[in-house]
Amino acid sequence: MNAIEAKERLDRALAAARDALASASTLADVEDAEKEYGGKRSVVAEVREAIKGLEPADRPIVGQALRGFADALAAAVAARRDALSAAENEGRYALERLDLTLGGHARPRGHLHLVTQVQRELEDVFVALGYQVAEGPEVEDDWHNFEALNFPPGHPARAMQDTLYVDLGRPEQVMMRTHTSPVQIRSMETRELPIFVVAPGRTYRNETLDARHSPVFHQIEGLAVDRGITFGDLAGTLEAFTSDYFGEAVTARLLPSYFPFTEPSAEFAVSCVFCHGEGCRVCSQTGWIELGGCGMVDPNVLTAVGLDPEAVSGFAFGFGLERMAMIRYGVEPIKTFFDNDVRFLEQY
Amino acid sequence: MRAPLSWIRDFTPLDAPVAEIAAALSDLGLEVEGIEQPGREITGVVAAKILVVLPHPNADKLQLADVDFGAGETRVVCGAPNIAAGMIVPFAPSGATLPGGFTLERRKIRGEVSDGMLCSAQELGLGDDHSGILQLDAGTELGADVRTVLGLDDVVFDLSITPNRPDAMGITGIARDLAAHFGLPFDVPEPPPAGAVDDAAARVTVEIDDDVRCPRFVGRIVKVVVGPSPEWLARRLTLAGMRPINNVVDVTNYVMLERNRPLHAFDLAKLAGPGIVVRTGNEGETMVTLDGVERKVGPEDLLICDAERVPLAIAGIMGGGDSEVSGTTTEILLESAYFQPMSISKSSKRLGLRSEASARFERGVDPNGCASGADRAVQLLTEIANGIATPGSVDVYPHPVERPRIRLRTARVNALLGTSLTPAEVVDAIRPLGIDVEGTGDDLVAIAPTFRPDLEREIDLIEEVARRIGLNTIPKTLPSTTAQGGGLTRRQRDRRLVVDALVGAGLSEAVTLSLIAPADVERVGHPLDQVVRSTNPLRAEESLLRPRVLPGLLRAAAANAGHGLPDVALFEVGHIFLPPADDALLADERDHLAVLIAGTVQRSPVEPDRPVDAYDAVDAVRAVFSALDLADVRLVPEAGPGFHPTRSSAVVVDGQPIGHVGEIAPTAAAAFGTGTPVVGAELDLDALLAGSRRDRAFVALSRYPSSSIDLAFVLDDDVSAAAVIATLRGAGGPRLEAVRVFDEFRSEALGPGKRSLAFALRFRASERTLTVEEVGELRRAAIDAVTDTHAAQLRT
Repeated sequence: MNAIEAKERLDRALAAARDALASASTLADVEDAEKEYGGKRSVVAEVREAIKGLEPADRPIVGQALRGFADALAAAVAARRDALSAAENEGRYALERLDLTLGGHARPRGHLHLVTQVQRELEDVFVALGYQVAEGPEVEDDWHNFEALNFPPGHPARAMQDTLYVDLGRPEQVMMRTHTSPVQIRSMETRELPIFVVAPGRTYRNETLDARHSPVFHQIEGLAVDRGITFGDLAGTLEAFTSDYFGEAVTARLLPSYFPFTEPSAEFAVSCVFCHGEGCRVCSQTGWIELGGCGMVDPNVLTAVGLDPEAVSGFAFGFGLERMAMIRYGVEPIKTFFDNDVRFLEQY
Repeated sequence: MRAPLSWIRDFTPLDAPVAEIAAALSDLGLEVEGIEQPGREITGVVAAKILVVLPHPNADKLQLADVDFGAGETRVVCGAPNIAAGMIVPFAPSGATLPGGFTLERRKIRGEVSDGMLCSAQELGLGDDHSGILQLDAGTELGADVRTVLGLDDVVFDLSITPNRPDAMGITGIARDLAAHFGLPFDVPEPPPAGAVDDAAARVTVEIDDDVRCPRFVGRIVKVVVGPSPEWLARRLTLAGMRPINNVVDVTNYVMLERNRPLHAFDLAKLAGPGIVVRTGNEGETMVTLDGVERKVGPEDLLICDAERVPLAIAGIMGGGDSEVSGTTTEILLESAYFQPMSISKSSKRLGLRSEASARFERGVDPNGCASGADRAVQLLTEIANGIATPGSVDVYPHPVERPRIRLRTARVNALLGTSLTPAEVVDAIRPLGIDVEGTGDDLVAIAPTFRPDLEREIDLIEEVARRIGLNTIPKTLPSTTAQGGGLTRRQRDRRLVVDALVGAGLSEAVTLSLIAPADVERVGHPLDQVVRSTNPLRAEESLLRPRVLPGLLRAAAANAGHGLPDVALFEVGHIFLPPADDALLADERDHLAVLIAGTVQRSPVEPDRPVDAYDAVDAVRAVFSALDLADVRLVPEAGPGFHPTRSSAVVVDGQPIGHVGEIAPTAAAAFGTGTPVVGAELDLDALLAGSRRDRAFVALSRYPSSSIDLAFVLDDDVSAAAVIATLRGAGGPRLEAVRVFDEFRSEALGPGKRSLAFALRFRASERTLTVEEVGELRRAAIDAVTDTHAAQLRT
């Protein structure tokens, strides 16, 4: 056998192997073919055996042909095996089908209460503006809820608050806080300047839960106290907040108002998020939605907490979280927030 | 406060469009709650004279009227009995429209053509009177638009006045602000003064016992003829929301609305003395007020009495029936007084009695406006009630109120507002409000008017400057917050982690009321002597401050079940309230976390549905423990209050019990009306957040193989799995990498009160492969520890 003959034999063997593989219908057939054409009794084994008897010049040529044969066979075997196992898997997969839309093992994720979601969003807006989140008790004393906030005893504004009193201390000395504003006092009593805080939380009125009233609701209060704080800072802060929370298209405006603990005081409103100021049912055709109250911290309040109104100034603002959610999502009536109907909880 | 535009125009020539005026009022802080234009829908209705009235040929109750409407004559059919030749009446010809958008057409009524109709007051939207056709003044020009004639072209602004602006409880106060805003002249004409003679003082005496609560009393005496008010005055009162009564009472109300100057008219003939004593009430004293109610008065109330000290009125709040002006009154004593606001406020609150007058006195009227207010009433009575005043007045005013002088620094204005106003601009802003200014330059003295009791301090004037220049014109800036870092505290972040873990575990957050019923507190096993109560609850069901959060969740679950939604998984984080610790004033208030799961865990068809069980509650709280990465938290079997006695555990963090988890006691579930079983947990969140966290130092991962063994023990029922695991951990030491229970079973062979628990243990060493002998030793040590500690037997 010379080199030419050897190559011819290998070529024929490869062609036969390819035919055998093509007609193999199971993985076992492939294995048989592989053994037949690449095994100990195969043509390639004979050629490999015969290489020693060849002319030295022919040996490398035949060696190369042998390697070519082995590679080609391996590739053909692998290709056929892949093709067959893919077909086999397909059959098995057809029997293993699962409808993943049926459900699952675990409970689906739950829902944060809408008021909490609003509260978090607002906290995050103000944290980004450099504020910290302050907290205070819901049962308050007269000093923090009224007196330090410039509601002296007998002040008519006290009567407007429908206060729910608590059986502690002297009569009417302890109450459910009627607003989150006592946290202003607590913050100024305990923190160093500058103070930039928001205080979200529950507030109380002596009302029975019905469609339009709730004895419990949530407010968020903001307070900034430092040297040189101005009304312009208040207006700018409210605008930064409203455009962050409601979007750039919404504008804020201020209208003079009255609160005992701020002066100058204002109501702040945003252009209606539903009609963009055109006038609609939600904004009572005014184009504006009232959000809450604000103003410069009254000098009497600063004095009450031991700050010098000539040296430092501040602003404060506050509004209702339920009201915010009602404006933003159209939730009504207010009772919905406290009924805890899972159909409501799972909407948000 | 309802302010008709025509009335405002008595004091300033305001002709801006209604929308601009409304915007100005809001910008001035006089919030517009509504705008009414009663005659807006009326068109084409004119004044006409009835020329002749003829009977209707085909109907007894109808008449025919020929009318002259200036531009011509025509005939209408009319059903009102009060028409007569010569009357001037409102005539709506065909084509005219009436309130409600109703347009008239020429049509036949019982065979006679009617070219429109004659109108009653009601048909023009002027109140309820439908008894007859409205009669216009005899001098009314024929063909004149009745909107003008009747003032139906008026606009009424319904304003919400803040408590600091008593002056705006009068039309003049509103007009003053608007005049300043629009840069218009403003003038309140001075009525003829009472005169310096003391004729009036010679006829009545006035004695004030308490000149702190009644610093001033002005009295004037007027002979009057009581009768109905003229149409223009009645109309203004009606537009302003008050019902006309008679000309004398109407004049007192008119002056109150015009000048924020409440007055009271006494029938002079009914006053003993005649004279007035202003005194405080006596204990146990009663008097009958105008509304016919007998009221208990006392030392907190100030009374206006006659010279024999018989009460005539509760000062500043309401008059009495006896001295009321009536049809027989011929002479009145007009009271124009100033009462201390706080005194009226307290008295009004205590009596539960509010009136237009008390609302004004408690905010503060102008003590220096008493005399001119009385003079204005006398002027009107002279005009419309044939009034003849006794010259002079009684005026007891021992300590006249001075106008406050207030320092006003432009630098301070600019520093607080963030503006750069000049002193001249500051002065220009406040002068039109009736504030006088002395001095020049930065440091001024402002002299506030006494009709603005809210102006006492520099800041009050700064607010006026801000209001006048417009809050929205102040340049918007942001304060520098760089001296403080924004952010949440560790505790606040952890609380969010807890809440998010529960949401991730499939629970939804509820928000329940913090005020609950005593019965609900008892149902969850909390003692009623360990609660904080409200002193003035509206309902017993909301009389306690919740000492636990669970009752609210149980109520929520029951309500959902009532709506056909029995499957709920809820949690709530919120404050609970316990009696104060030691001598603290305020409640012991802390955050609690409660979980409540009820109904069915729906998993079909993937696996069978199953009712909730206590392990669902355990899963929820374990999600929280894991989110917080607590180092030492254990469940110790224990009957929690309100929980099932043998299916609940105490949660112990760092050795301290912080609450319970498990199945809710079936009795409690039944009482709340939830289905059973219902499971849950209530934990002291503050204690949970304070729990020590796992050491987060890295533990190197061993490269060596592990050895796993399984051990099963027969144990008494009251030995908890957790206790056995703790024992196994102790015995296995650092080589015990993991241990868990993989099987529990009971059987007759094991006997009652016994169960088998099987544990899988995985051992591994950090530095080498454990030998078979070593694993055997570890296994023996584990078995010995459990059998010794828990009287257990190894199952083989």
